[in-house]
Amino acid sequence: MVWAKIVEESGAGFSLWAPFGQRLQPPSGTLTEIAGPTSSGRTAFLNSLLAAATADNEFCALIDAEDVFDPASAAAGGVLLSQVLWVRCGGNVEHALKAADMLAQSGGFGLVAIDLGDTPERTARRIPLAVWFRLRHGVRNTRTALVCLARQVNAHSCSTLKIELRRDRALWRGGLLQALEIAGRWIRNHREERTRFQIPVR
Amino acid sequence: MFACIHAPGNLPLLVECARHFSPFIEETSPDTVVFDIRGLRLIFGAPEHIAAEIQARVGLPANIAVASNPDAAVHAARGFKGVTIVPQGREAAALSPLPLVLLGGSPEFAQTLDAWGVRTFGEFAALPCAGVAARLGQEGIRLQRLARGEGRRLPQWRGEPLEFREIRELDTPVDLLEPLLAWLSQMLQDLCGRLRAQTLAANELHLRLELEQAPDSLTRTTHSLCACHEIHLHLPIGIRDEKVFLKLLQLDLSQRPPEAAVEKIRLELHPVEPRAVQHGLFLPSSPQPERLEITLARIRNLVGAGNVGVPELLDTHRPDSFRLTGGAGFSLQRRLQPPSGPGLKPRLQAEACSTTKLALRRFRPPCPAQVWCSNHRPVRISSSKIAGRITASGGPWRTSGDWWTGDPWDRIEWDVEAASGGIWRIHQDSRTALWRVEGSYD
Repeated sequence: MVWAKIVEESGAGFSLWAPFGQRLQPPSGTLTEIAGPTSSGRTAFLNSLLAAATADNEFCALIDAEDVFDPASAAAGGVLLSQVLWVRCGGNVEHALKAADMLAQSGGFGLVAIDLGDTPERTARRIPLAVWFRLRHGVRNTRTALVCLARQVNAHSCSTLKIELRRDRALWRGGLLQALEIAGRWIRNHREERTRFQIPVR
Repeated sequence: MFACIHAPGNLPLLVECARHFSPFIEETSPDTVVFDIRGLRLIFGAPEHIAAEIQARVGLPANIAVASNPDAAVHAARGFKGVTIVPQGREAAALSPLPLVLLGGSPEFAQTLDAWGVRTFGEFAALPCAGVAARLGQEGIRLQRLARGEGRRLPQWRGEPLEFREIRELDTPVDLLEPLLAWLSQMLQDLCGRLRAQTLAANELHLRLELEQAPDSLTRTTHSLCACHEIHLHLPIGIRDEKVFLKLLQLDLSQRPPEAAVEKIRLELHPVEPRAVQHGLFLPSSPQPERLEITLARIRNLVGAGNVGVPELLDTHRPDSFRLTGGAGFSLQRRLQPPSGPGLKPRLQAEACSTTKLALRRFRPPCPAQVWCSNHRPVRISSSKIAGRITASGGPWRTSGDWWTGDPWDRIEWDVEAASGGIWRIHQDSRTALWRVEGSYD
């Protein structure tokens, strides 16, 4: 697999979803995984998805397993907080998955996101595949997009789209953090696709 | 078309019976009620059938009359036994055999007519109007019109006390959830049926369960209030589906069951106007508030009531200041102006994307850390989240506020890149000189 190079520059356009029809939306009715280590731009990426969904008048749900969501930076990233339901699970992954299942089944949401970004890898790997199948089944044939953010890909064959992000380096200028240089790859429908895109997480 | 029920001595029963047929009820006297039955022809058919239905509903010996105006119905019910149908246009003939004493009026009026030898409605109705007006005045004209069955009075409908309350005193105290829910289901069905009859919904539910007290506690607290278990549900919208209420109560009771057996149940709903929503044809669908309320109740049971909601930023510079508000009602709050026009939607998306910024993942609470500095800059850090050499740092940024309150903050923030990976925000409390890792940039 080839890592596409992502370089952030100030004022750069957002074209991450350009390969998927110029729509800043994850595929509906399926599970999308965003994976990456700390400071790989995955949260900024998730926030941009939430921002696009709320700008599109959708209602979103964010299940925050480790209680790390920062409303201020999300609002600065364009997320319309009044259309986001935030569930804080306080580190309980089981509760997070149950809450995600309930919200996925309740319907009407444009985007349901599960944030397992700070969950230990070993804990996330222990999530049975049946849970991911159940989550995917909950949104099947609906217009709800289910997105899971984690340190690594966990759902394997259950997810239609997998996006893996990696930080190459941080750009410091004049003692200020300017941007992150990110590399990423994605696998859609079990086929790897390559393209160049940018994430301005400045 | 009006119906009248006349039965001595049981007005509440008569009102209850009338309520099954019409919301417009007049308590004419302690033994008589009149109610509007216009429109019932479509349900029951001819007035005879309506009267038969009323008679079957009353369930006790009562005089029932149906007439085109309320006064004629009242006089017929008071004067004739059983069921009486006064045909429209023939009220005078139908009421003519009734004794004049039913007409009411002052004692002088009764004495005068008695002296004239007038005894019945028919005899009084046959008198010439001009003569009655000359001798008895306006009152005489009004009473003669009533005797002819031409009453034009507007009934004074009783104001329905909009109280939706049910109280059950249980013969045997209930200590299991299942039988308690069966009782609640029955009560909710009655209440929601009444709500539907009034075209109302309820946005608040108050449940009070009076609990059985142990004998020893009774002797110890003779003058204390009885033990009770209360549940207050505040819903963002008006609901009149008993299943939704029952599910919410079940979730609450299963999470927080009563401490003793239940002796008495008091259930009250607060009525509001039902929700009327016109959905936009081109707007994305939103979660159904009724369904979402149940889902949120389940999630609250799972993660705690204070951990679910819509985030709202507070008007302060204090870091991590927000509050969680609302519940299922947030799905009703859509922006008033939905995006429309060919270029607006992409532009909104572009705006949302162009403002994408580096996000912070906050540790709650901030993670204590030990930081070594060189030339007033952090060079090494040790904490449960990160440890090792700091390769790059940005700062310091001093923030402080709320010094005029009892909970001020004053700290120095740094952005640091650790050699072990990750970019972090750390801060040092200026008052305590303690370092903490606030979160990671991601």
